[in-house]
Amino acid sequence: MAEYQLEPINALGLSETVDAEIGLVRIVENNANSLASIAIRLGNEKKFSSSARKLLGFALPGPGESASSKTYSAFWSAPNQWFVEASEKSHADIAHILKEELAEMASVTEQTGGWCRFDIEGKTVTSMLERLCMLDMAGMKAGAANRSVIEHIGVFLLCRREHEAISVYGPRSMADSLHHALIAAAKSIA
Amino acid sequence: MSTDNRLEGGLVDRSSSVRFSFDGASYTGFKGDTLASALLANGVRLMGRSFKYHRPRGPLTAGPEEPNALVELRGKNRREPNTRATTVELFDGLEADSQNRWPSLKFDALAINDLMPSLFAAGFYYKTFMWPKAFWEKLYEPLIRRAAGLGSLSGEPDPDVYDKGFLHCDMLVIGSGPAGLAAALAGGRAGARVILAEEDFIVGGRLNAESFSVDDKPGHEWARSVFDELSSMANVRILTRTAVIGAFDHGVYGALERLTDHLATAEPGKPRQVLWRIYAKRTVLCAGATERPIAFPNNDRPGIMLSGAIRSYVNRFATTPGKKVAIFTNNDDGLRTVTDLKAKGVEIAAVIDTRTDGPSIDNVTHFQGARVVDTKGRYGLQEITVEQANGKTCRIDCLALGVSGGWNPNVHLTCHQRGRPVWDESLAAFLPHGVPEGMQVAGAANGELSTAAAFATGARTAGEALEDLGFKATGGKLPQSEDDPVNISPFWYVEGKGRAWVDLQNDVTVKDIKLAHQEGYRSVEHLKRYTTLGMATDQGKTANITGLAVMAEATGKSIPETGTTIFRPPYSPVAIGAFAGRHRDMSFRPVRKTPSHKWAEEQGAVFVEAGQWLRAQWYPQSGETHWRESVDREVLATRKSVGICDVTTLGKIDIQGADATRFVNAVYCNAFAKLPVNKVRYGLMLREDGMVMDDGTTARLAEDHYVMTTTTANAGPVFRHLEFCRQCLWPELDVQLISTTEAWAQFAVAGPNSRGLLRKIVDRDFDLSNDAFPFMGCAEVTVCGGLRARLFRISFSGELAYEIAVPTRYGDALVRALMKAGEEFDVTPYGTEALGVMRIEKGHVTGNELNGTITALNLGMERMVSSKKDSIGTVLSRREGMNHGDALKLVGLRPVDASQAFAAGSHFMKRGDEASAANDQGYMTSVCFSPNLGHAIGLGFLKDGANRIGEVVRAVNPLQKQETEVEVVSPHFIDPEGERLRG
Repeated sequence: MAEYQLEPINALGLSETVDAEIGLVRIVENNANSLASIAIRLGNEKKFSSSARKLLGFALPGPGESASSKTYSAFWSAPNQWFVEASEKSHADIAHILKEELAEMASVTEQTGGWCRFDIEGKTVTSMLERLCMLDMAGMKAGAANRSVIEHIGVFLLCRREHEAISVYGPRSMADSLHHALIAAAKSIA
Repeated sequence: MSTDNRLEGGLVDRSSSVRFSFDGASYTGFKGDTLASALLANGVRLMGRSFKYHRPRGPLTAGPEEPNALVELRGKNRREPNTRATTVELFDGLEADSQNRWPSLKFDALAINDLMPSLFAAGFYYKTFMWPKAFWEKLYEPLIRRAAGLGSLSGEPDPDVYDKGFLHCDMLVIGSGPAGLAAALAGGRAGARVILAEEDFIVGGRLNAESFSVDDKPGHEWARSVFDELSSMANVRILTRTAVIGAFDHGVYGALERLTDHLATAEPGKPRQVLWRIYAKRTVLCAGATERPIAFPNNDRPGIMLSGAIRSYVNRFATTPGKKVAIFTNNDDGLRTVTDLKAKGVEIAAVIDTRTDGPSIDNVTHFQGARVVDTKGRYGLQEITVEQANGKTCRIDCLALGVSGGWNPNVHLTCHQRGRPVWDESLAAFLPHGVPEGMQVAGAANGELSTAAAFATGARTAGEALEDLGFKATGGKLPQSEDDPVNISPFWYVEGKGRAWVDLQNDVTVKDIKLAHQEGYRSVEHLKRYTTLGMATDQGKTANITGLAVMAEATGKSIPETGTTIFRPPYSPVAIGAFAGRHRDMSFRPVRKTPSHKWAEEQGAVFVEAGQWLRAQWYPQSGETHWRESVDREVLATRKSVGICDVTTLGKIDIQGADATRFVNAVYCNAFAKLPVNKVRYGLMLREDGMVMDDGTTARLAEDHYVMTTTTANAGPVFRHLEFCRQCLWPELDVQLISTTEAWAQFAVAGPNSRGLLRKIVDRDFDLSNDAFPFMGCAEVTVCGGLRARLFRISFSGELAYEIAVPTRYGDALVRALMKAGEEFDVTPYGTEALGVMRIEKGHVTGNELNGTITALNLGMERMVSSKKDSIGTVLSRREGMNHGDALKLVGLRPVDASQAFAAGSHFMKRGDEASAANDQGYMTSVCFSPNLGHAIGLGFLKDGANRIGEVVRAVNPLQKQETEVEVVSPHFIDPEGERLRG
């Protein structure tokens, strides 16, 4: 047993998860996932596609899309680059797990600590995000994943259920500012 | 209280009485009234004072184009000046005050200006108040500014909340008059996503103000039924109280929605207004038209208003501006007012028609070919003088005069992308031309002034837009309504003795425009700026065309030859708070917090903004009263034992791929090709032009894997630069980049006891000894019982030092563990100030030195620019002009008199030289007090500095009138041989 034990804290600087219900929306900080980026190495496109499909359980999605299986989900982040999510309980060191399988076909980078994630659910999620984000929230279909900006913060928005559930990924260092913006918008339309 | 002017009928809700006050006096109105209609109903015509001459003014209009009836609303820190009483929705408890008057609206001392008009003619400030010269800035200008103007702000922060928002639609319909409703109905029924934006608080536009019927029911009832149908459609969004304020690029429109301005008490914390950005695939502009006045002597008295406005007051608000009303018109539309007034039982004093061939009206005193040449009434109209066709004049008693000079299509939004409207002789008005892409115009805004034509063009235009988008318009029968022509005969102003006001908001008269022409201001843009015609809150909505007509006559040109000024956003006034939205105070921009932020707060750290980051600047301890005490202590303690600093903010870029080495070697000017795995190297990055872009250390974690660090400030720009290199310069290289700045919490552990401290944190199977892990080593390790971490043996402070990184969520725990483990070494956290002091003592450069004008040679690093390879900036760094003998060189500076201080930014002069640019020898970039040396030290660039060690120069700071003699020394004040960091 090491003399010093390190316990993680969440992106909002607390040990417990922040969960807020405002009007008809609920905003929950999600710390349960590990995150890594994977990028295809030059000339490995074909081999990579089949290996990735085998590993993840789905074909990697195209621009603006996400896909998921029981263990993994992934969303497109840039040409030939995706972010892969998995449960932190089973995939705390997700980058090494992916790298072992994808080996020289892909560059893998751990991103778990780089991002904060807020899950927003409720009947007014579209109205709420209309106050924050230039994406066409009313037209966003389940499975859509887009990069955008909320109050000058670069974010990914993932539509889990049409008009009902959206996940927002933002830079971890800006978690407070992002959360503040989400709460303020939720209060505006509550 | 008088309610004499209230009529029967109208759209006000008589079951909801509303109490309000104006200038402290209480009144009663009804729900559905505007402030102006309620005041008129109470017999109040005087609502404001004019801009320059402080002349009594009442409402000219019944809508957003109002130039006169401007009031202050929402008292105390919410005070909002220049609010148009004609658009303010009445609510219980509303308090309004008149503005630009003293001591009261009725008795305004500054009305004395009206007796000296020659002093305030167009461009008066260029011609009068010129002597004595010294009086202008100190006396005249402050006095004039105080006397002129409109309302005033509270000067306090706006306590309200404003939101911004984003909407998308297939079709945006601007305006909900007959054309807008027909367009929205077509879009809604076709299944398109439609947004209908209406500035008013009810839909219908002129349908609410006119008395004619649509499909055999009153126009307002038809509008209400369409509103109900549109409201039931899920694909249609109706935004009332929403003004579209601008047409921007690519189908983007700005719109301001007023959410709570009409409420007696708004829910705390709810936004007052939302500034929407609307992305529209197609837009149908149905903004209607604005009636224009005719200018005639003394045409500005309260009670004189636009003829169509009187119909609005009478038909919609059940209010007449006076018991006895006269009408002055040059077109048939003006005559409608007579019919409507008579229907409500209001006495018609006379009808004055400038035309000789207009329709005659029975049972009314009707002058054809006549004109109004004067008016009387101190605080409101009492009498008009009419010059008849035969030249005779007569006086007529009346309390209100409706004036109609024709209608101007509201082309403003069509001009926001430099569209230039074209003149239409038959309407005597400008029509849209060169409209923004994706916009089509329908109804009165396109010169279709009858209701039937508005319905037809609204539906047809929407149908075309829908077809373009792939929707099938359902067509359907158009509603039946009036289709009468306006029959206008242009008539702009009446010549006469008194002042004829063209722009009532800016007190610009016909004479002013003629004077401007006489003085050489022939361009319409010059005319605007010289006379202020068309400026201020109404942007000349009722004045511009008349002003142009007067100018055209003066120049002998036609109106289209004279041109029109450009309309710019916003179409109507917007509170600055709405533009700011949530971006104010501490939310002005997002804040980035380091992983140790919470812990640092607990320590009482003082934070500093470093870009968006908040970094601990120093950690004050009890008893310390000055920041220098804290910083000196942190520096001394770190150099004596060990200190910890959060350096997460430095940019970290993950570089992987088979060609990662070639890539890194090409973006740094120094050699990286042979950097072994598990080693770190200092890298100097040049721009293409050979100047230094950034510096940092890059670690090789594997054969095909590097982690590059950048300065905090350049994290973004360097990443962008690398992406440019990867994607555009060398797409053939197998390289993948991604930022990992946020993913790792990184701490500098510096000082002679740093190794001892880390031995308690890093798991025991990793050998930290100098032999096993020497200076510039790096490794992937585990800490505190198995947590993966990265360890770098690098030093910014010049001490034996490391940087240790763990996944960010463990950063807080790591700093606490380091502090706990370091207790036996008296470990000290240090902030950015101490960091800065130690790097200056060591002679390390940072953003102060890498200022974009500096070369490797200036830094004394010219030998780092490898001649054995090509890299970005290498060739141009060899330019002759950047390599001459007396080039600036980085040196250290210390005061000759150790008690003296000096400032960064000081310029170096030789002893005896005059302090001038010609004698400039270089400049100081960084300065601090060195607690180790006991005096100030600095870094700077000095011409041929490397060969001037030991010379004494003057550090001159003319801004603060400071001059200090400094000795040129090596930039390495501490441990120049580097023994400590290698120990």
